[in-house]
Amino acid sequence: MNLYLFDPMSLIAPDLGLVFWTTLIFVLFWTLASKFAFKPIGEAIKKRSDSIADALSAAEKAKDEIKLLQNDNENLLKQAREERAAMLKDAKEAKEAIIAEAQAKAAKMKDEAIGEIEKQKVTAIADVRSKLSQEVSKMALEIAEKVLEKELDSTKDHQNLVNSLVDKFKLN
Amino acid sequence: MRQIVLVFLLFISANTFAQDTTVVNHASSHEVAVEKLDNIYGEVSHTESAEEESPVDVIMNHVADANIYHIATINGKHITFGLPCILWRNNKLSVFSSSRFHHEEVVDGFTLDHHTGKVVDAATGKRSSDLLSYFGATDSSKFIDFSITKNVFTMLLGVLLLTIAFSMVVRSYKRGANVAPKGFQALFEPIFLYIYEDVIKQNLGKKADKYAPYLLSLFFFILIINLIGLIPFFPGGANASGNISFTAVLAICTFLVITLNGNKHYWHHIFAMPGVPKWVLIILTPVEIAGMFVKPFALAMRLFGNITSGHVVILSLVSLIFILGKNGESLGGAFAGSAMAVPFVLFMSALELLVAFLQAYIFTLLSAIFISSAVAEDEHH
Repeated sequence: MNLYLFDPMSLIAPDLGLVFWTTLIFVLFWTLASKFAFKPIGEAIKKRSDSIADALSAAEKAKDEIKLLQNDNENLLKQAREERAAMLKDAKEAKEAIIAEAQAKAAKMKDEAIGEIEKQKVTAIADVRSKLSQEVSKMALEIAEKVLEKELDSTKDHQNLVNSLVDKFKLN
Repeated sequence: MRQIVLVFLLFISANTFAQDTTVVNHASSHEVAVEKLDNIYGEVSHTESAEEESPVDVIMNHVADANIYHIATINGKHITFGLPCILWRNNKLSVFSSSRFHHEEVVDGFTLDHHTGKVVDAATGKRSSDLLSYFGATDSSKFIDFSITKNVFTMLLGVLLLTIAFSMVVRSYKRGANVAPKGFQALFEPIFLYIYEDVIKQNLGKKADKYAPYLLSLFFFILIINLIGLIPFFPGGANASGNISFTAVLAICTFLVITLNGNKHYWHHIFAMPGVPKWVLIILTPVEIAGMFVKPFALAMRLFGNITSGHVVILSLVSLIFILGKNGESLGGAFAGSAMAVPFVLFMSALELLVAFLQAYIFTLLSAIFISSAVAEDEHH
């Protein structure tokens, strides 16, 4: 006795029409989705993950390069500092040498100048002395001459003459 | 670890299936006429019919296929969506809309069984024949039903939705390789990658790319149809992925992929398992040959059982309202039934949402495992 109005076989017996349509729809979906969806999507995802991997490795490489550059920079800086120190040292030495040389030269020049001056002085004094003695002798002669010219005048006049001559000589 | 979880979930689904049958039997013992149930859930019925329909009929007719899409009944008036009937009889094709049965009792010698919603032979009331009985039988009432039924309609809708979704996603990927996924693409990509990486690549390794299109198609096809089946109103609600014809076709596809791609190690293991005494092969070889067919058979039955049971459980719980309410005679009973049914249906619907994903995943995973066992290079030698 069948209590129910439904056909129990309909639930478990495959239906030919449905099998046909399921096969058709699924196989079409499989073919089209593979070609137009899964392939481009898979490729795009692969491309993206590759590009991300590339970018990461490039960044890693860049980091290493920067580290290398930094080391280089530090070395350069160190070198530059050393060079600067050396240059400063050299300059200082050069300065000192120049100063010392200049001082030595100046001292030498001074000595020479002093020597020259001394020499000139001696020469000048000698000159003056000889000239003065000539002058004095000449003056004495002149005075003597004048005295001799006015000899006959009074003693008083004689005295005055000598005085005036002496004054005149003094003024000279 | 995942294997343990999987086995556990398989047990849960098996249990729910066992429970369904008890619920159904329990409900049938009431043998209450629940005509009102038709008005909301499921089938086209003759309200003037003297025959009484039990909730079991309503539920079983709901989970079966139909040639007409019943949307609702308001004051005894059926609102239906006519589906194309394509019927092959005596080398003659009849094509018409099933909505014609509203006005005409018989179209081209066919009529609509208003209980099941199926097209039957007008004279004998017989359903369409399967392939064997079509060619075996001699009577003139035999015919094959190639109609766009509720289930075929659901499949077409599912493929349409997938086409729209995939074209959106493909367009998003065309924006460029270095653009982060966004919008719908961001929802799709984790699912796609999970299936591709953790299911396909994990099992098939280097051969993943050859079988990925098949397995991905399988997953998304089952998933979308499971999900459409969960929508309780038009255009959802059809139990397409819980139909044996549907699951059998997919299982046969997996069987063909396995059998056509099976390498020499695969066949060697079936017909002459290495490292086994010769006399054991007498027992082992038939078992292995049976295993070739049992695997896809289990695939088909698992999906069929899980999805159908989900529909049956939800409908049974909803039937409680009408059983306890005595079809509107007892308002208090209806309230009590609702108070019981609503939380349970809510819970079951949430569970079915999980099952929709889970069963699509399991079908794909097992297909991938079976394929990998057939195409893997033997590592023992």
